[in-house]
Amino acid sequence: MKNKSYTKHFILLSVFLIFLFFVNISLGSVSIPLKDILNTLLGGISSKESWTTIILNFRLPKAITAILVGSGLSICGLLMQTLFRNPLAGPFVLGISSGASLGVAILILGSSVFGGFLFTNSISNWSLPITASLGAFLVLSAVIIAANKVKNTMSILIIGLMFGSLTSAVISVLAYFSEADQIQQYLFWSFGSLGNLSWNEILIFSIIYSIGILATLTIIKPLNSFLLGENYAKSLGINIKKSRNIILLITSLLTGVITAFSGPIAFVGLAVPHITRMFFTTSNHKILIPAVAILGAIILLICDAIAQLPTSEFTLPINAITSLFGAPVVIWLLVRKKKIYV
Amino acid sequence: MKHLKNIILKTENLSIGYQNKKVQNIVASKIDIAIEKGKLVAVLGKNGIGKSTLLRTISKVQKALKGEVFINKKKNDRFTNKELSTVLSLVLTERLPESQITVFELIALGRQPYTNWIDKLSENDLEKINWAIDQTEIDHLKEKFFYELSDGQLQRVLIARALAQDTDIIILDEPTAHLDLHHTIKIFDLLKKLVKETSKTIILSSHEVNLCIKFADEIVLFTDSKIHSGTPAELIENEAFDNLFPNDIVNFNKKLEQFIINKS
Repeated sequence: MKNKSYTKHFILLSVFLIFLFFVNISLGSVSIPLKDILNTLLGGISSKESWTTIILNFRLPKAITAILVGSGLSICGLLMQTLFRNPLAGPFVLGISSGASLGVAILILGSSVFGGFLFTNSISNWSLPITASLGAFLVLSAVIIAANKVKNTMSILIIGLMFGSLTSAVISVLAYFSEADQIQQYLFWSFGSLGNLSWNEILIFSIIYSIGILATLTIIKPLNSFLLGENYAKSLGINIKKSRNIILLITSLLTGVITAFSGPIAFVGLAVPHITRMFFTTSNHKILIPAVAILGAIILLICDAIAQLPTSEFTLPINAITSLFGAPVVIWLLVRKKKIYV
Repeated sequence: MKHLKNIILKTENLSIGYQNKKVQNIVASKIDIAIEKGKLVAVLGKNGIGKSTLLRTISKVQKALKGEVFINKKKNDRFTNKELSTVLSLVLTERLPESQITVFELIALGRQPYTNWIDKLSENDLEKINWAIDQTEIDHLKEKFFYELSDGQLQRVLIARALAQDTDIIILDEPTAHLDLHHTIKIFDLLKKLVKETSKTIILSSHEVNLCIKFADEIVLFTDSKIHSGTPAELIENEAFDNLFPNDIVNFNKKLEQFIINKS
């Protein structure tokens, strides 16, 4: 496809992203001078040892997580919207996020329901991501099996929604039989959190994330052909089933790992692609994929900065902030443009 | 059957319709047609008689219930999607999903069978795209979004996309369905010109019987009892059109070579 020049857009957004990255790191309950932050990030040492620890072990991992989560979820949303040719699609709609939540719910809430013999009393940092990914894959495999039976993408969307409600129902039942402590623990997880990841976890996160992103680059062509509908895509030589399965796999991988490490973060996947299309006025995935990734990262960095309530000691749940931010944006978009594109 | 040379598309004992679990819904059967290279072929018949189903079966959008379709002497189910995409291109009636792609991008998508994994357009691709734009006279539209176009303009753009795909056969399902008389004739003119200048084979379904008799080289006519095929003159001679519709409202006038509404 011929590309209108979007170089200016991309340079502007990238500069903004880097700026926000530093702003994000400089914000927090302990105020650290900018000079010390830059020093530390460039491999030096800041004036206080505790500052170095705060920056390297807390703020930097958190900012990186925000970038991975924001860009990853936004790409998932874009892929879903193109695949289903439906502006309302997103990782949440397909039930993949709910699947991850189910995994976590079984782990946390299940321990009281099943008498705790299945799970030893302490829940380690590792078991959460693993069960969340398992849950995501479980629901996704069900969706893939269903997807290969029904040809109609609308039906798949509805099947995804049904799986979502199913898992929510199971979680409610589990919650009903659980003790207050566990419900609280689950609730805190479901608020979402970008912090608390060790460098080891970030490494695993980045590896899976990179696999997802690289795979996304290989399907730019089928994604563009999907813009004409399935019959045209097929007549252009695209293997529909294969492309569809790759898209579903990428989405599950990314959503699974993101939900596992940072909780179910709502709205980013749905809202960011729409915001991006408005800025870039194109549906060409060669432009959209990098644009959506950068904008997603930017938006999550902003949300995280807001969540920290600068200069205070409290941190609001990130999930609440993304919804508070995402819902009005989608409403505003619909009211203003009256038309919403895929 | 008359002797045909250069046959590009042929069906043998073809049954078309829909397979719903174990129930077969046969729309039409025993279809034996042969189409020569470089002809404008119109598929005619009343609503629901199987015109679109035939075109969809030929282009592998749906499966044949029985019988074979040969494209260049090769069975169409032996073609992979990828191979077929360089031989046969489509212009469908279905609405395009709403998206923000420009006319140029839409036409460029026609080059997908030839582009590399990241869809980069080569010199040759650009040449073909510009040629398609020239042929369909839509140069002034190319920066517009496709949803800004009128039905007539969109149809020309879709034809340009099919041209850019550079296939021997182009299949159009009711290309003039939403168009007024003026734009309908312009589309027929364009298709006629393309057949003449490029020796592509163009197969279209249509309800414009009177126009097809004037423009088409060959007609495949679905009637309740039989499927006729031949040149318009042959079909008129054989009085094939007489049974196309019930005779109470319109009648075929052999001398005028068109359907005339009955005087009430």
